[in-house]
Amino acid sequence: MAVAAAPAVPAKRKELSQSYWSLVWYRFKKNKLGVLGGIVLIVLYISFALIPEFLAPYALENRSQFVEAPPTAIQLFDEQGRFQAPFVYGLERRVDVAKRLRTWVPDTDRKYPVRLFVQGDEYQLLGLIPMNIHLFGIDADPREARIFLLGADALGRDYLTRILYGGRLSLLIGLIGQFLTIVLGMTLGVISGYYGGPVDMFVQRFTEFLAAFPNIPLFMALSAAIPNYWSPIAVYFMLTIILAFLGWGGLARQVRGLVLSLREREYALAAKSFGASDLRIMFRHLLPGTTSHVIVIATLSIPGMILAETALSWLGLGLRPPLTSWGTLLQDAATIRAIRFTPWLLWVVPPILITIFAYNMLGDGLRDAMDPYSGRG
Amino acid sequence: MVNYIIRRIGYALILLVLVSFVSFAIIELPPGDYLTQKIEQLRARGDRSAEQQVERLRKRYGLDKPFLERYVNWATNFLRGDFGESFEYERPVSEILGARLGYTVILAIATTVFTWALAIPLGVYSAVKQYSLGDQIISVISFIGLGMPGFLLALIVLYFAVILFNMEVVGLFSPEYERAPWSLGKVLDLLNHLWLPALISAITGIGGLVRIMRGNLLDTLGQPFVEAARARGLKNRTVIWKHAVRIAINPLITILGSDVFPSIVVGSSLVAIVLNLPTIGPVFVDSLRKLDMYLAGTCIVFLTFMLLVGNLVADLLLAWVDPRIRLD
Amino acid sequence: MTTTLETQEAKRSHSDTRPLLLEVQDLKVEFNIRGGVVKAVDGLTFDVKRGQTMGIIGESGCGKSVTARAILRMIPKPGKITGGRILYYRRPRHPKPGEEDKVEVIDVTKLDPDGEVIRQIRGGEIAMIFQEPMSSLTPVYTAGTHINEAVTLHRLLPIKKLGEQMAEHIMAYRHVTKEEARAIAVEMLRRVGIPKPEQRVDSYPHQLSGGQRQRVMIAIALSTEPAMLIADEPTTALDVSIEAQILDLMRDLQRTTNMAIMFITHNLGVIASMADEIVVMYMGKQVERAKVVDLFYNPKHPYTKALLQSVPRLGPKTGQRLASIEGMVPDPLNLPTGCVFHPRCPAFMAGKCDKIVPRWTQVGENHWVRCLLYEE
Ligand SMILES: Nc1ncnc2c1ncn2[C@@H]1O[C@H](COP(=O)(O)OP(=O)(O)OP(=O)(O)O)[C@@H](O)[C@H]1O
Ligand SMILES: [Mg+2]
Repeated sequence: MAVAAAPAVPAKRKELSQSYWSLVWYRFKKNKLGVLGGIVLIVLYISFALIPEFLAPYALENRSQFVEAPPTAIQLFDEQGRFQAPFVYGLERRVDVAKRLRTWVPDTDRKYPVRLFVQGDEYQLLGLIPMNIHLFGIDADPREARIFLLGADALGRDYLTRILYGGRLSLLIGLIGQFLTIVLGMTLGVISGYYGGPVDMFVQRFTEFLAAFPNIPLFMALSAAIPNYWSPIAVYFMLTIILAFLGWGGLARQVRGLVLSLREREYALAAKSFGASDLRIMFRHLLPGTTSHVIVIATLSIPGMILAETALSWLGLGLRPPLTSWGTLLQDAATIRAIRFTPWLLWVVPPILITIFAYNMLGDGLRDAMDPYSGRG
Repeated sequence: MVNYIIRRIGYALILLVLVSFVSFAIIELPPGDYLTQKIEQLRARGDRSAEQQVERLRKRYGLDKPFLERYVNWATNFLRGDFGESFEYERPVSEILGARLGYTVILAIATTVFTWALAIPLGVYSAVKQYSLGDQIISVISFIGLGMPGFLLALIVLYFAVILFNMEVVGLFSPEYERAPWSLGKVLDLLNHLWLPALISAITGIGGLVRIMRGNLLDTLGQPFVEAARARGLKNRTVIWKHAVRIAINPLITILGSDVFPSIVVGSSLVAIVLNLPTIGPVFVDSLRKLDMYLAGTCIVFLTFMLLVGNLVADLLLAWVDPRIRLD
Repeated sequence: MTTTLETQEAKRSHSDTRPLLLEVQDLKVEFNIRGGVVKAVDGLTFDVKRGQTMGIIGESGCGKSVTARAILRMIPKPGKITGGRILYYRRPRHPKPGEEDKVEVIDVTKLDPDGEVIRQIRGGEIAMIFQEPMSSLTPVYTAGTHINEAVTLHRLLPIKKLGEQMAEHIMAYRHVTKEEARAIAVEMLRRVGIPKPEQRVDSYPHQLSGGQRQRVMIAIALSTEPAMLIADEPTTALDVSIEAQILDLMRDLQRTTNMAIMFITHNLGVIASMADEIVVMYMGKQVERAKVVDLFYNPKHPYTKALLQSVPRLGPKTGQRLASIEGMVPDPLNLPTGCVFHPRCPAFMAGKCDKIVPRWTQVGENHWVRCLLYEE
């Protein structure tokens, strides 16, 4: 009897889980905001993390004489008001006597057509394919004229380019950090829930301590402690690890709770009675049961991580130049002087906010789809 | 109950010691210290006497002593109100933080008041008028608020203030009151500068609390005791506020102490940096950057102290309003 | 409005001559939910006299609670009263001299559900106690606070004036003071049999047992001296010995106060010992109504018979819940045609019961049934 029932158990579970996920997918598809969040994130990750080199008109560190040039307006009509193919004017240095300030003004004598797929700075697409084609640009010698859709920074670098490249580090730090969090949190959570005993004690006490600590000051202190002579890459990974510290405790506690309740279910007991090893039971049978919760928690905590990076780098405690992230860009943007004289540097804020809202929308949608009766509040 | 409070205070004190030790150790972590940085700077400037100067400072700050000794010294002096000396400013930490501590507390309390005073009525309205237009608008706003970090909002507000109104909404006082002695005018000036940062810092907490309040109240409104209260002939408003909200609000008090207040303290520190307010936020970040350890350590201990007090107050408040806890 | 009612009242050949208190006529309540419309109550007609106990019985989901809530206009959200009338024969609670016997007829279905009038009725004139004693008291208020709330809201004390010949005249009324409310609370707790009421009055709900909480609920309900008590399965959540105590208590209190009771239950044993008259409901419809003796010894409707057969022995102590009757309870969104009971009915007549909707037919003195077997 028991032998006959054995194959039926996994088969039934598979069927169940299949229909569960298709049900989740069905419910998720009906949640317009959630789907929108997902689509926005896909677009963001493709354009900022995958192919910013192609989308940006210049290379990241390509400086120019056009220091703090305001955003370039794309013109469709010439001085006579005749419609033309899109073009931009050249820039001319002008001194604003009233404000005692040097600015750039359009020089209507020089026109440069805007083109798609222009040749420019060399780069390697996806780090593999050498290319020099950029999505758009102007037909001009870069020493003579440039297009700055979102203006230029204090070294005359194109700010759009910097935002695009900066997104890569900021967006990926959320993903990588969250990945570490999940690995850490799930492993410790499953072990602590399955074995109990001293491991459980340790995980419990440690997460309690972490929770009691004022976490952001702690992370500030930790990241301030990253030696400043480390290589940028090492700093980046150290920061990621520090951020992963943020979330694993909470996640471990949740997974532990779920495992405690799953441990006594039939399939875990059945697996045990067939002599499955502890490891196998934990990672084949118990872990999958926590997947949906973990996905939701992870999705909802990625924005916190991205924000933490942004804030730390903005404060000069996280990534530092030459690394370029949204946070380091904020360093230059978030001063009264910048707001007054180079307000376009604030264009780094919308992508940050869009990312955060997209993640929140996606996370909300996933939560409703996976567990329609929780957190509807 | 008294036992419980004593236990809680004891626990908080232990945590405070632990936190101060850990933060001290963390700040100690990187190889080199403030003075190593200083040497480099002086060398870069071509200052010849750097070594001797630094050696003198090292003695003065006790940096030549082992770590543990320094911690114990600092911690015992702390109890006497001597928080050590700042390397950067070469002045006692207490002098640097001084008034900033007060403004930090005032800003945190003002933010908490805003959070509470806005979130509860909005959450109640949203739940009572579930699915109405108002509910949907509030839901959207609280969703945005929930995702909106205070320091970015502060930046956006600053941008519009500068661009549209040519106003710099920074600081806590108008120039004429900055150094003036305390007077009614100065207090009003403070309040006039305080409400905006407090509102900005409150936004994230409001977003979260509105959602929780709405959910809790919806659950509570379905409870039998609410129906029983209505069946007693009470006015709708009495049923909602005296019976339903009174119960639905209890979990929020816990959350306020454990989650919202900490994020307010930290969030308002960041907002204070953007808006250049004289709280400990800007000094704290600066001290971390400069590895100015006594200053940084004092800031962390003070922030933690605020959180623990907030937590304790929330616990007492909960016990006060909920007999199920009070009488246990 | 009043005239038609009086004639109707006159037409009845009741042996029960007590004055009418509540008259429900052809009541319909619908829930407009996503999958369609649930007719939770469909054409209910009965009346309750002063001092009488009316029982309502039926399987889970047949619309008993919805009926009770309709009387107090407390139907939850998507629900609506879509037809019929609920007439309440109101006597002044605090009559001015000479107006003691004035009766005002109020159609409850026409009232504003949040309005002044229905709020006076709720709790003050028609009180209700619920199935869940464990959670019907607000956890942060004491038993006394709950009673005070009801008393200060609904009870006025007469200001008496000694007239010429030692006769007392009630001139006016005043609100109850705090001390008086507390005294009333203690007295009510004593009457519902709570030991040491002077202390218990300050107890919070979590300090009381389930039986005590239900006693407190009864005390709250009775503290305003209502004309009628609606008890919606008041003992379902309690264990059998406490159930018996609570039922005894309710019978005692009714005898002393001449209050009418509408008693809703699953439990046939309970209702036999409590009610004068019984309404049997099935899927929102009233299938039979009779005096308790007639119903138990001479049931007409096949559903009632099935119910009775599923109870082995009568008496309040059996604790026998309504055993399940053969067949499935139909989907409320998709009711059977003809007589709603026909798919489960042992006396099913093909071609008749599934086509024709049976009428409300009188089969004896004060005995009505809705079944094609009894239509000529
Ligand atoms: N809030 C509601 N929303 C939708 N339908 C409802 C609601 N309340 C009741 N109903 C419907 O009304 C019908 C009658 O419900 P009611 O609560 O009156 O049953 P009941 O006879 O009291 O059952 P029980 O013995 O289980 O208390 C049910 O079919 C139910 O589906
Ligand atoms: Mg019911």
